[in-house]
This record gives sequence, structure tokens and C-alpha cells, in this order.
Amino acid sequence: MQNVYLGIVLAPLFGAIIAGLFGRKIGRAGAHWVTIIGVGIAFLLSLVVLRHHVFNGAEPYNDTVYTWMMIEGIRLEVGFLVDNLTAVMICTVTFVSLMVHIYTIGYMHDDDGYQRFFSYIALFTFAMLMLVMANNFLQLFFGWEGVGLVSYLLIGFWYKRESATFASLKAFLVNRVGDFGFLLGIAAVLMAFNSLDYADVFAAAPLMAKVTVQIVPGVDWSLMTVTCILLFIGAMGKSAQVPLHVWLPDSMEGPTPISALIHAATMVTAGIFMVARMSPLFELSETALSFVLVIGPITALFMGFLGIIHNDIKRVVAYSTLSQLGYMTVALGVSAYPAAIFHLMTHAFFKALLFLGAGSVIIAMHHEQDIRKMGGLWKYMPITWLTFLIGTLALIGTPGFSGFYSKDSILEAVHFSHIAGSGFAYFAVMLGVFVTSFYSFRLYFLVFHGKERMDHHTQAHLHETPAVVTLPLILLAIPSVIIGALTIGPLLFGDGFGGSIFVAPEHNVLEHVKEEFHGALNFALHGVIGLPFILVVLGFLTAFILYMLKPELPGLIQQRFAMLYGIMERKYLFDEIYQSVFMRGGRSLGTTLWKYGDAGLIDGLLVNGGARLVGWFAAVARHLQTGYLYTYAFAMIIGLLILLTWFVAR
Amino acid sequence: MLSELPLLSLVIWFPILGGIAVLFVGDDNPGRAKWLALTVAILSFLISLPLYSAFDTTTAAMQFQEFMPWIPAFNANYHLGVDGFSMPLILLTAFMTVLVVIAGWEVIQYRVAQYMAAFLIMEGLMIGVFAALDALLFYVFFEAMLIPMFLIIGIWGGPRRVYATLKFFLYTFFGSVFMLIALIYMYNQANSFEILDFHKLPLSITEQTWIFFAFLLGFSVKVPMWPVHTWLPDAHVEAPTGGSVILAAITLKIGGYGFLRFTLPITPDASAMLDWLIITLSLVAVIYIGFVALVQQDMKKLIAYSSIAHMGFVTLGFFIVFGLYRHTGNLNGAAMGVEGGMVQMVSHGFISGALFLCVGVLYDRMHSRQINDYGGVVNTMPVFAAFMVLFGMANAGLPGTSGFVGEFMVILSSFKAGFWLAFLASFTLILGAAYTLWLVKRVIFGDIGNSHVAELEDVNCREIIMLSLLAAAVLLLGLWPDPLTSVMHATVDNLLQHITVTKL
Repeated sequence: MQNVYLGIVLAPLFGAIIAGLFGRKIGRAGAHWVTIIGVGIAFLLSLVVLRHHVFNGAEPYNDTVYTWMMIEGIRLEVGFLVDNLTAVMICTVTFVSLMVHIYTIGYMHDDDGYQRFFSYIALFTFAMLMLVMANNFLQLFFGWEGVGLVSYLLIGFWYKRESATFASLKAFLVNRVGDFGFLLGIAAVLMAFNSLDYADVFAAAPLMAKVTVQIVPGVDWSLMTVTCILLFIGAMGKSAQVPLHVWLPDSMEGPTPISALIHAATMVTAGIFMVARMSPLFELSETALSFVLVIGPITALFMGFLGIIHNDIKRVVAYSTLSQLGYMTVALGVSAYPAAIFHLMTHAFFKALLFLGAGSVIIAMHHEQDIRKMGGLWKYMPITWLTFLIGTLALIGTPGFSGFYSKDSILEAVHFSHIAGSGFAYFAVMLGVFVTSFYSFRLYFLVFHGKERMDHHTQAHLHETPAVVTLPLILLAIPSVIIGALTIGPLLFGDGFGGSIFVAPEHNVLEHVKEEFHGALNFALHGVIGLPFILVVLGFLTAFILYMLKPELPGLIQQRFAMLYGIMERKYLFDEIYQSVFMRGGRSLGTTLWKYGDAGLIDGLLVNGGARLVGWFAAVARHLQTGYLYTYAFAMIIGLLILLTWFVAR
Repeated sequence: MLSELPLLSLVIWFPILGGIAVLFVGDDNPGRAKWLALTVAILSFLISLPLYSAFDTTTAAMQFQEFMPWIPAFNANYHLGVDGFSMPLILLTAFMTVLVVIAGWEVIQYRVAQYMAAFLIMEGLMIGVFAALDALLFYVFFEAMLIPMFLIIGIWGGPRRVYATLKFFLYTFFGSVFMLIALIYMYNQANSFEILDFHKLPLSITEQTWIFFAFLLGFSVKVPMWPVHTWLPDAHVEAPTGGSVILAAITLKIGGYGFLRFTLPITPDASAMLDWLIITLSLVAVIYIGFVALVQQDMKKLIAYSSIAHMGFVTLGFFIVFGLYRHTGNLNGAAMGVEGGMVQMVSHGFISGALFLCVGVLYDRMHSRQINDYGGVVNTMPVFAAFMVLFGMANAGLPGTSGFVGEFMVILSSFKAGFWLAFLASFTLILGAAYTLWLVKRVIFGDIGNSHVAELEDVNCREIIMLSLLAAAVLLLGLWPDPLTSVMHATVDNLLQHITVTKL
């Protein structure tokens, strides 16, 4: 099997290198073929792995590829850990990536950077696979930064735009703030376990439950709490949790295919995956779980609110992504790791579908992204319309759709949780269901129904996008509908994740959910009469009334609550505050240190001052050298007198 | 057979003699001088390779030793030898010299033979510094090295080169005089200039403290550490590209090497007592200088400040060992700090060299180093932009590049000595990325900034060769640092054993 695992990561890498270095020679078609074949091979091999591990129940594979460094008996290596969790992740990643590759042929058709784009997304696939297949923290960090690098390159893909290069820099730096915590977390792991290997660390984890450290002198903190919170700060950066979420909406400056692949389906879920992978550590610290459980609901609810008022089609979907990442984080906080991964997977499909659908709309609208200038598109682009509707239904959690199964499992799990913060979380995620439904249908109605508000030129040219664009939509729509019903049983309540996730018995909320679970169909039927579905319907009705029946109402509401609207439109002022405190603050601190510290104090006073002092002393001393004989004779006599006096007086 | 050749003498004197030969070819014949210089540089590098391949990684003893009486009256000897600290730095020196010769190929139009000769002689002298096991010999190489660099900046430098050379010379000379006093003092105690004898010299804590500060003055200026760093930005700005490359890639490393060869083993008790001072200065370098780098308008100054910040990790890694030992009672993780510092030195040699070459490539075309004069370079120089982004990322410490390895090891090690040390050191993750990528954004990305940028031509074959060599080195060391670290293990273990035994 080792060759299969190697093939999965190396095939996309090979494609990326060929398309990147020889893009000009192999041409456009060559670039998309070599990368699509690479990712396609990775996908097929991933299916083999899925069958091998999940269906045939093979033992987890854990082995070294090569030793990166050997120091003090600690082996830092590049290696693979492939178990059921990994198998699910690689299938999701490679499938969505393959769809995005195909879609890109259509979307980037006229772009000058065609080959470069394919090279980047194949490289991204490689880095993401390295991340999820890692068997140690070092390689995890490699993949972690690798996807960050490609994200940076792709957000700034259209490098001529100031806004794009700004957004890419912002994304990288905000992620670096998260990495700051993540790297310290890795250092804490090494200190605690003297190894960075997952197997060693997880095996020894229970012994560490009671160990404390003093970060602030005199105060004992549990080492595992400190470690887990540090690691989670990394996840907050990558998975865009409040207050490190600010980069994700801006990342929409990148081309739409990567918004689907990187900033919705895969990379941003790396933090979720990481915490699930680290479940043996997080389970040891209820404080850390509570911390997770505070961050998650805030993100889920407050980012959802922003989806209601924004008008850029991609930004609305981006806020939806933030909100859904919040849901996954909530699931992690209540120890429902399988539910988090389950939602991660279903979300990957329907959110990629929504993004690619949005991209299809954008192509048809000649790169107009403002939903106030759309409307009535359903009759021009039926495939996009239907698939987008399917994505929307999955997102809001319509019983039977995949998103329903994953989201309802999270809601149920939070309901049964008793750790600190779960009450607040339950309220937030429930309200979030209404909000999700409302902003989703608002978007859907404004884009596909109602009055056609575009200009005549655009309207005259509206038509369905080509097959390379619609085919991935259809292929993504299928799992968006069925994957939840098919996999909820084995993944959540069976032994789908094998031993790859550890949950302490006292935290095992999914066990309670399982008691009420009697098959996927029953779960869906039960869902129809549940509170969440009522909230979904309420959200739908609100959107229907406001945007279909009484389109003049939203404007009035906006005027009535102008102040609140203003704050929300400015995204709760996070950007303004960060810019004035960190960007401007950092620059003025740098200038101060430079002008007053380096140039003023050190150079001005000490270095050049020292030189001046020497010069001054020399100038004074020079007056002694008069050149007149009598001055020297006088000095000699005085000197002789002083010496004699000293000898005599002694 | 290899072991019988006086390899170290060869790698020292071959480039020096080659440099003199280049001088004799003369400035009237620049073509022949360049080819001869390139041949000498490449051959020197090839000669240095057996130092790695025949290196015995199992011992901390000095290898490839050569011994000849030199000044019998002072008991000073021509004694050469390398261990896991000096050998990688010698290879780095020989490698970078090849690049510098290539970098000056079409750019230097004035006194070509002298320019090339200066760098070749410089190479031999720097290797001499690393290979010398006799303190007097070390001192001679250490000071002699100033002369070619002084000339390089003074003759081929920019408009303020006189101020810069004086500042450079006086600063470093000021520091090394105190070092000389310390060496003479120890000579009087040991009646020998053997560095290895100095290591065993029993010294009281007072003596150690004086010697520690004398060495600190000498080496901290070279590294350079805050607050004796202000010569570096000026020297870099005025130096020609090749001068900057050698200055950043090699001469700064001599300061770091000095701590390993002299300060730590000779004054272990004083180092343990005063480690807080070095650690504080290192962290100041990482954070304070990081902020200063952020606001630089001159590309070379920015990279110079970035060098100071990165060298902060070197000194931090070397001196973390004492705190770690006090805090945990054992030496677990200490080797990671020292080796991290060493890896950082080698890696910084590649990365800072590469960045200065990149600035040189731009400067040759635009004759400006001001960031504001650029913008949108990627539009006209896409290949160059790819290199610049790669080296920028390496400078920001991206995993997979060499820049990550040293910082990672030092942070892991310092976490064991104390959370807040690692916390402060980790600021480099944010600051390093901020100043480097902001530079990249303003210079490389964006729409074409002005008509000069619009006329830029992409890198030529020669420039691609030199940048590719560095890119390969940066990636190789990042993806597989084991070949570098494995040669150091024995030496580092030996050092750690040595410095944790008190001399009192």
C-alpha cells in the first residue's frame, strides 16, 4: 500500500511541477491535462484507500517516508498515517479538487495565467494531502504552511489588482498570527512528550493529564490545557474563527474556483481536521474544550448575520462558510469530533457547489458580483439554477439532504453536552439555523428569482455556462443530496472512524444521539417535526416575504436600524481596528525605534557622538602643540616641579 | 590518499594564490581575469567538498589537522583543523564565492581583475578564520579579512562609501582589539596560543567575566547584535552586490562562530552567569529590529535589518542552553538550540545572499534601491519574480525552505527553557513575514508602477544560474536538513558536556 499512498501525494505534485516549470512549452491544454490526470489518479487511489481502510477494515498504516532530521534521539520525519479519518479526508479533498480542476478549464478560459493557475491548484492539492496524511506534527506544519502559501499565491493571483495583493498579504499575516500559537503548541508537545510523532504522543497523552506548568510564575496551569489552546489558536487562523476570521472574506479577491476549493471546501477545514486528529489531547482538557466552545458559536452566529446584509454574491457565500466553520468548531467543543468531520465532508460538497454555482453566475453576468443587479436568472441558466437550489437546500439543512444530517447531528450533540459553554452554544447554533436559512434564501431569491435588475446588454447575452462548468456542478450536486443519508450511520454511529478519534466516556455526547438514531430515513422524518426545521421554514418565509412579496421592506428596515446596519456593513469594525492598531501601530513603532533608537540614540549619540568626542578632544589637545619653544620649556619646567614635589612630599 | 593532502591549507591558499594570479592578469584583460577567477572559485569549492565527504561524524575531535611551528618565540603555530562547526561554514564560504564571481560578471566594469581578486583573497582569509586552531593565527586572518572588504566597499561602493567603510572598519576594529587583549592574557596563562588549550584553561569567575566581555565586544559587532549593529545597514547600502552577499552570508557568521569556538568553551561560567544579557539582546534583535525593518524604504537596508533579526536566532540558540539546564536540570533540547543556531547561520547565508543578489539584479537595471521606484515587476520579469517570492518566503521562514529549520529548532529549544522566551522569539513568524512579504508586494506585485519598470528585461541565463543554485540550496536544506545537522551532533554534544562543567 505504501506505493499507493505515495502515488496519492506525488501525482498532483508532479502535475504541479510540470505545469509550473514547463507551462509555456506544454501549452494550455497540456497544463490542464497534466494536472487533471495527476489529481484524477490521486482521487482514484484515494478510493482504493477508502475501500481498504473503511470498508475492508484494514489496520491503520503508519510509516516513515524519510527522516527529515535526527536529533537527540528524536526522529523528525516525513511519514504517513493513514486511517479512516485520513481516508475520508483524502477522498473529499481529491474529489472536490478534481471537480474544481475541470471547472477551471471553463472559468479561467481567457486568463493569461492559465498554466500558472493549474500549477497552483495542483500544488495546493499536494500540500493539503500532505497535511491530512501526516503522521507527525512537523509534517502537519509543513502541509499547514504549504496550503497557506498556495492560498497566498492564489488570493493574489490577479496581481495587478491592489485589492488582491493586499488581501493575499492580509491572509498570510493573519494566518501567521494563528501559526504563532500553533508553533508554540508544537513546542509544548515536544516538551511534554519528547516526540512529535502522533502515535507516541497520543499513547503517552493520558499520563500528562495531571501535569502542570507555570506560565505566569506562581500559577499552575494544566500542561494539556495550555498545549491545546495554543494548537487551537492555529486552527482559529486557518479555519477563520473570530477574531482571526478577517482574512477569509477578503480572500474572495481570488478567482472563484479557488474560493470553492481552498476557502470553502478544504484548506479552511484544516483547523477542524487538526483538532479532530488531536482528540486524544483535547479530551484531556475541559478548559480547552470550553475555549473551543466559546469561539465556535460566536463565529457561527455573528458571521451568519453578516451574510444577511452583504450584497456581493461571493462574500455572502464566504460569510456562510465562516458560519459553517463555526458549526464545526462547536461540534469539536462538545467532543462530537465525528460530527465535525461529517459536517466538514458534507459542507465540502455543497459549499463547493454553491461557490462554483456562484462562479457560473458570475461568468454569465460578465463578472458582475452584486446581487442587487441580478434576478430572474433561473430561466436563463437552468442547470446552475437547479444545482444552486440543491446546494442551498443542503446548506440550510432540509431533511433528507446531506447538510441536514450533519448539522442536525451537531445540534443534537450540543443539546446533550454538559461542559461549560454548551448552553450558550446551543442557543447560538439554533438561532444560527434560522439565520442560515434566511441569508441563503435571500441570496437565492435575489439571484434567481424576482425582477431582472441587470442592464440590457448583460440580459441579452445571458445563457447557460459551458459543459466543463456545469458538469462539476452536477457531479457535486449528487453527493450534496445523498452523501449524508448514506454515511451518517457508519460514520457517526458505526465504527466509521475506527480508532482514529478518541472521545472520553464522560464527553461522549454522540453516544446519546445514537440512542435516538434509528436509521437515516427515520432521522430525516424525525427532523421534519423538529425545532430546527421550524426555524428553517421561518427563515425561508422571512426571506420570501422580504425579497419576493414585499421587496420594498428591506430598505425600510435598513433605514430604521441604520446604526446597526452600519456596524454590520463594516463587519463589526474588526478591519478598522486591526488596521489602526496593528498595521499603523506597527509602522509607527518601527519608525520610532528606527528614528530615535537607531539613528538618534545609537548612531547619533554613541557612534557619531563618540567620533565627535574624539574630534573635540583632539581639537582641544591640539592647542597644546603650539610650536613655540617657550611653551614647551614652560611645560617641562612645570612638569619637573610637580614630579619633584611629589617625590619630596612622599 | 585524500587524508594525506593538506586539504585545509589548499582551501585557504589556493584561492589566495589564485587571487594574486588574477591580479597579475590585470585590469587590461577583464575577460581572461573573469574566467580565471571563475575557475579558481569553482576549483576551490570542489577542493572543499572532500571536507564533507571524508568528515568523520562520530567524533568531536578536530579533523584534517595540520601543524607547523610558526613563531616559536611566542609558541604560535600554523595549526589548522575543523570540526562540525567550522566545516559547514567553510563549504558555505567556498560556495558563496562562486556565486559572487558569477554575480559580478557583467556588472563590474571598473578594475575587474582587482574586484575578482579581492573576493578570492577574501575567501581564503575567511576559510582561514574558520580553520585556524591557533588563536594568533585566527586573529591574523580575522583582521586581514577586513582589508579586502574595506577595499571592496571603498572602491566599488556607492556614493557614501567613505562614511560606510570608516564606520565598518572602526566598529569591527574597535571590537577586535579587546579580543586581542583577552587572547594575550590567556597566552600568558597558558603559555600557548592553542585554542584548544584555552578551552581547558582554569579561569576564575572574574577573569572569565572580563574575557567574556572582551570576546562579546569582538563578536557582537560582527554578528551584529543590537546595539552595535548600526554599521551593517550603512555598509550594505554602500557595498556592491557581491560585497553585500559576502558580508551577509559569511562575515556575519564569523561572529556566531566566535561564540562557539571561544566564548562558550573558554568562559562557560561567565556565559552561564551572563546568558540573560545575550538572550535579551537576541530577543531585542528579533523584535525591535523586526519593527525597524518594517519601515525601511531602501531594499538593501530592509534586508540588512532582516539579517540582524535573523542572526538574533543564532545567538539565542547558542545561549539558551544555560537557562534550559537551570530550568529542567538536564540537557534535553539544548543540542537542538545550538544546532538550530548553526543551521540558521548556514541558511541565512543562502537566503540573505540570494536576497541581496535579487536586489542586485534589480539595481543593475534600474539603478535604484528605493522600494517606491518599483512596483509590478512581475509583469516584466516573471521568472525573476518567482525567485524573489521563493526567497522572500524562505526569509519569512516557510517550512520546506531552509529559513524554517533553524528558527523552528531554536523556538522548540527555547520553549523548554521558558514559555516567554519562545513566545517572544516566535514574533519572528509575524514580523518576518510582514516585512518580507510587504516588500515583495510593493516591489513585485501590482500593476506596472512606472515607465522604467515597463522597460525591464527578465533575468538572463547567468542570473538564472546563480539564483537557481541558491534556490536549490534553500529547498534542499529545507526539505532535508539531516545531512547538515548530522555532521554537528558529535561536536555539539562535546560542547554541551564541556560547558556544563564548571571551570571554577
